[in-house]
Amino acid sequence: MSFPWAKHYEPKQPLMRWLDEKLPLPRLVYNAIGAGYPVPRNLNYFWNFGVLAGAALVIQIVTGVVLAMHYAANGTVAFGSVESIMRDVNAGWFLRYAHANGASMFLAVVYIHIGRGLYYGSYKAPREMVWLLGVVIFLLMMATAFMGYVLPWGQMSFWGAQVITGFFSAIPLVGDTIRIWLLGGFAPDNAALNRFFSLHYLLPFVIAGVIILHIWALHIPGSNNPTGVDVKGEQDTVPFHPYYTAKDGVGVAVFFLIFATFVFFSPNLLGHPDNYIEANPLSTPAHIVPEWYFLPFYAILKSFTADFILPAKLWGVLAMFGSILLLFFLPWLDSSPVRSANYRPTYRWFLIVLVFDVLVLGYVGGAEASARNVMMGQIAAAYYFAHFLIILPLVSAAERPRPLPNSITEAVLSKHGGTAPTKTALAG
Amino acid sequence: MATVENNIPPGEDPAPYHEPAHDPRRRDFINIAAVSFAGVGAVAIVLPLINQMNPSADVLAQSTTEIDISKIAPGQAIKSSFRKQPLFVRNLTPKEIGEANAVDVGSLRDPQTLAERTKAGKENWLITLGVCTHLGCVPLGAGEGENKGPFGGYFCPCHGSAYDTAGRIRQGPAPQNLHVPEYNFTSDTVVTVG
Amino acid sequence: MVRLISLVIGAGFVFVLALALFFTAKDAIQNPAPHTAEHEFHLHPEDINLSSAGWFGKFDRQQVQRGFQVYKEVCAACHSLKYVAFRDLQKIGYSEAEVKAIATQWVIEQPSVNPETGEPATRKNMPSDHFPSPFANEVAARAANANALPPDLSLMTKAREDGSNYVHALITGYRDQPAELLKKFPDAKTPEGLHYNPYFANLNIAMPPPLTSDGQVTYSDGTKATRDQMARDVAAFLTWTAEPNLEARHAAGLAAVIFLMVFIYLTWGAYQNVWREVKH
Repeated sequence: MSFPWAKHYEPKQPLMRWLDEKLPLPRLVYNAIGAGYPVPRNLNYFWNFGVLAGAALVIQIVTGVVLAMHYAANGTVAFGSVESIMRDVNAGWFLRYAHANGASMFLAVVYIHIGRGLYYGSYKAPREMVWLLGVVIFLLMMATAFMGYVLPWGQMSFWGAQVITGFFSAIPLVGDTIRIWLLGGFAPDNAALNRFFSLHYLLPFVIAGVIILHIWALHIPGSNNPTGVDVKGEQDTVPFHPYYTAKDGVGVAVFFLIFATFVFFSPNLLGHPDNYIEANPLSTPAHIVPEWYFLPFYAILKSFTADFILPAKLWGVLAMFGSILLLFFLPWLDSSPVRSANYRPTYRWFLIVLVFDVLVLGYVGGAEASARNVMMGQIAAAYYFAHFLIILPLVSAAERPRPLPNSITEAVLSKHGGTAPTKTALAG
Repeated sequence: MATVENNIPPGEDPAPYHEPAHDPRRRDFINIAAVSFAGVGAVAIVLPLINQMNPSADVLAQSTTEIDISKIAPGQAIKSSFRKQPLFVRNLTPKEIGEANAVDVGSLRDPQTLAERTKAGKENWLITLGVCTHLGCVPLGAGEGENKGPFGGYFCPCHGSAYDTAGRIRQGPAPQNLHVPEYNFTSDTVVTVG
Repeated sequence: MVRLISLVIGAGFVFVLALALFFTAKDAIQNPAPHTAEHEFHLHPEDINLSSAGWFGKFDRQQVQRGFQVYKEVCAACHSLKYVAFRDLQKIGYSEAEVKAIATQWVIEQPSVNPETGEPATRKNMPSDHFPSPFANEVAARAANANALPPDLSLMTKAREDGSNYVHALITGYRDQPAELLKKFPDAKTPEGLHYNPYFANLNIAMPPPLTSDGQVTYSDGTKATRDQMARDVAAFLTWTAEPNLEARHAAGLAAVIFLMVFIYLTWGAYQNVWREVKH
């Protein structure tokens, strides 16, 4: 890769040498996630979440392929086929709960991963392409999660499909045509269920492909780090293996413990009771909400209640898509040369406010539409847009950052008590 | 490399990664144990992934079939279904029983007598799966007017296996006689298969 | 340029939201949301502490069997249980022979086809059959129940918030409409044909009280069949029908958690080993 001190792959066994000549796959892995990839030595636990997201995708694909062996995508039997998985298929309940909760785990991990990128400025040059591909992955994940939630064909599945395809009807002139085209009918039914199933099976593999691009783009500049300072030399890095494979091992183990707690002890905590009622096109549940990971966006949608030039519904849909699409422009909205928010005292506070803001939006998204909640959502949504589109460009131009360390190594050593002689030095 | 080393601040180790310096055995043990545990965990997860392809509880539960045999005249047969497989129930004529018993059992590919393949006192009721033991086609001979083959029993059109009046393989590629499922007579006119 | 456009778009969104906020506030002041009877008189079910609740909960098979008896003798007249099969009863302690007897003696027969004529017919239930529905279809169910549809009960305890407790609370929660409610909300009088029940979402349920007297069911294990006891038992039974694999799940979960705790300890140790010589 781009660091001259990266270790080179040297196969020792004849078989591996033979393979390296014909198909250098082990070399590729070695350079990507092996000893051949030098990584800053000061990464904290937030850097585990990329690997965890990869693990979560693998879990979703494996359990999903298996569930597809038993699931039937037809409105008359879909709900029953899920129940038969839960009751009659060997270990079916485990696979289905793992898949349902795995989606939540995947999104949770990815949200932390995105938050890490925001805080430490991982979206900035030279890693803009990594960030852009990441936003693409996020969009694909949202589409996949939505279509997967429709498949059990419960009440929330059905009305979720109805409402989300309803977004498209806000588009002037062609909206209804697009919606009917998406559903293959006037309301969600077999046609919609079948195409959602087909795409729900396809998209994870597209995600896997974009992840490969995401990692490829990452390996050109190398990983960012908590100081945001560029790697200056070999002493700033350690090889990915064994150092970060060992650290990721801890992260994966903790991830599995949390995941297992959900799957085995509260598998329906993140779900909604109404989805255990079979879809009924003639009766809408009293209180429809999306899955928790969409609640902040749902709150933004609901916050636009006033017509102004455009109808309120169109504003809501534009704002909801805009709230994600603006992430594509982030690398160019933030002009500060400093990456890590640790060295950006003003911006740091705004970021912390943003985290709470998104939590408030999440609450409002799931809460009933009382005047108090709607107003809370409107203020929170306004901050969300103001943060990215107004505050970030202005603050990044005006702010005086704190002095950066000269190098990663200097930052590490000062954290451990200045430059006093250390055991490491003696051992060397 | 040399220029890189010149940048190292004083007191810092030029090569931050090492082989373990002391007590290597205990530390190796933990590393190996961690990797082994990951392996055990992977196996524990793979087992349900494999087991899910076995028949589910609802499939296993539908494994008994009751058949009314009161309307099958001697010389006739019916096709029923057992575990989603065709099942032949045949009421043999005395002549067919005689033919079956006249065969030298020692000369058969899969040596069995008619008595071994039917219930005592009910030798005229030949109940077999309608699945050719070669590659699983349904043999002809149970339906009215179907080709019963050169031995008067069943004939498989796929690859030419011929079964006799006791459902035993006599000619063609099939290795075994037609399988006899577990069954019993719940009354004179009702058979419970499975 | 990008930043200029973003400022304009950002200001636009904030302006529209400010406008929306203004109108929401104005509307809230001018037309404050009316209080509703549901809001004030709806009650959350109290906890009945079923043995299956909690992380290591297991079914009380005696209780689940009693609950099945209540379902059979009371609920089954109107409510289907279509995702549960007779064979499943073996998991709550009935023998194979008992299950066969329960299936063949079940009052409602399984729809089938007359083998002679092809006309619709019924036949006796077999252990492999699912519980038959008391009504042929939704229209028939509504026709027999004053246009109310008795819901399927297989998943009831998962299809309601706090479902196990809800079933018990709902069945025992019938009462006269409080005078205070009628005083505050004169329009909220329970309509003719409905029944006041504060545990039901909109307070007025179509189902008449199913358990009307103590001893409505005679338990063979000597438990006194009070209304409360019957409601608890049927809640336990419906908890089982909704989640029949609960015990296997809890057992597997315990094993998984212990395994993963050890695994975390080992990976942590390996991590410390690998990084022993490197400051980070």
